[in-house]
Amino acid sequence: MTITVASGKGGAGKTSVAVSLALAAGQAVYVDCDVEEPNGALLLHPHLEWEEEATLPLPLVDEEKCDYCKTCSQACQFHAIMVLPHKVVVFDRLCHGCGTCSYVCPQKAISETTRSIGLIQGGRREDIVYLAGRLNIGEPMAPPLIRQVKARIPREAPLVVIDAPAGVACPFVETLRGSDFCLVVAESTPFGFHDYLLVEELLLDLDLPFGVVENKAGLGDDRLRRHLFEREISLLFTLPYNGDWARAYSLGVPLVEVEPSLSEGFLELLATLETAHERRGS
Amino acid sequence: MNKGFREILVISGKGGTGKTTLASSFALLPPEKVVVDADVDAPDLHIILKPQVLEAQRFMGGRVAGIDPDKCDGCGLCRELCRYDAITPHYRVDPLACDGCALCYFACPREAITLKEKEAGMWFLSRSRGGPMTHARLYPGEENSGKLVTVIRNRAKELAQEEGLELILIDGPPGIGCPVISAMTGVDQVLVVTEPTPSGHHDLERVVELAWGFQARVQVCINQWDINPQRTEEIERWCGDRGVEVIGRIPFSPEVPRLQAQSKAPVEEEGPGAETIIEIWKNLLEVE
Repeated sequence: MTITVASGKGGAGKTSVAVSLALAAGQAVYVDCDVEEPNGALLLHPHLEWEEEATLPLPLVDEEKCDYCKTCSQACQFHAIMVLPHKVVVFDRLCHGCGTCSYVCPQKAISETTRSIGLIQGGRREDIVYLAGRLNIGEPMAPPLIRQVKARIPREAPLVVIDAPAGVACPFVETLRGSDFCLVVAESTPFGFHDYLLVEELLLDLDLPFGVVENKAGLGDDRLRRHLFEREISLLFTLPYNGDWARAYSLGVPLVEVEPSLSEGFLELLATLETAHERRGS
Repeated sequence: MNKGFREILVISGKGGTGKTTLASSFALLPPEKVVVDADVDAPDLHIILKPQVLEAQRFMGGRVAGIDPDKCDGCGLCRELCRYDAITPHYRVDPLACDGCALCYFACPREAITLKEKEAGMWFLSRSRGGPMTHARLYPGEENSGKLVTVIRNRAKELAQEEGLELILIDGPPGIGCPVISAMTGVDQVLVVTEPTPSGHHDLERVVELAWGFQARVQVCINQWDINPQRTEEIERWCGDRGVEVIGRIPFSPEVPRLQAQSKAPVEEEGPGAETIIEIWKNLLEVE
């Protein structure tokens, strides 16, 4: 089963919940798809075992063959290739690596090289397999890296916990593809609730099963609960705001370690999700 | 500055460090300015600033492919070429997977593929409690958030010129990816709001490095500094060693969500929090 832990608003506790879920399960693949700001390792403390460069294809123009006809620059949807009278310029960071320019070139003058967009890292902590992407600084495109990180998830893994990026734009959608369930971590504050609604809208649109973990309960009000009750959306778990937990987080200590009794709650949560998943599957 | 106005971006790398809480406070403090909510994907500034929309525009994002089933003969070329797995075995396009690259459109021997402009969001010009404001909403799951950020920043610049305002305040998106790059391009100053946690520090380093690439003046403030004073000092040392100015520490306050629930920014209620924020704003406005 693949569970994506999401939040809409940053700082709602996505990583805390995802890491705790993996630790409580004991055996899991934890995948950090928040490639712009990957933080999972700062709580999970895995032992890094390997690292690989993630690349995207990049056009390489053979100016011996090029006759500067501009077919490539007219076809490119991302304005990543510009044809001057006697020169072709490729803008690396605008290039999506889609291959259109090389396909359309009548002179077959465009081949492909690669460019680095980030790193894929792998490791483990006991029986938890760790996978993460780290986007290069200055690189605008997170989704291709997310796709490559996800391609490394072992197929036979019984439990995969994916830590999603904040927001509801394309990096989040790329993260969600192929998930069985989305666990949304939300705060019942005006900002937190507003951003939760954006995630909810997307998940309903995608028709993906989801449920909610309320975090920092007590700091906000009851608007989240009322809403979930009215919409019959499952509130799966509630974590109160706790100053000791916040301090532990600031020391890089995950929730289930500062409060071992939470493990049980996370395990129950997992059991609920697995039962529901099996029911859907049958 | 010959462009006639100064652009200040508030950013954080890590989400939830208090970016919008701080930006909404700055928006309510003098001088008059144009405010931009560049977190187009999950905007929250409007909750505090209550903008009255004067002008609403559709945002056309990228394109998306569509296959005409009457023309398609199922030859499979598009599926084979598509690098985004966007074409299903039954020759339908998954609009969320489609990158709009047009390769299938050019390749299809039956000319069965069309490209359609996709409405990817809305953007607004408003009057808010913090002055004229541009903001937007990218539809969930959409691409091109960077392009949308550029659209609302450009409108804000026009507005600043039209109204003779010398300051544009931008509330940025989290992360370091495409919308952040669009929010940062060409700004004069970047304020990074961080928190004394491992992830706060880690993300600060990445966003500061990004900002250096843009030649903007980079300043830092530490929110909820008292949650971990030791790490606050570590962050300050890290900044000090690299010549990044730290212009303030804000204490943790459980009052912030309560004020937020009343659509108020922390500077709207007297207290130590408000004073610190005013001090940070003054520091930010000081010219180098």
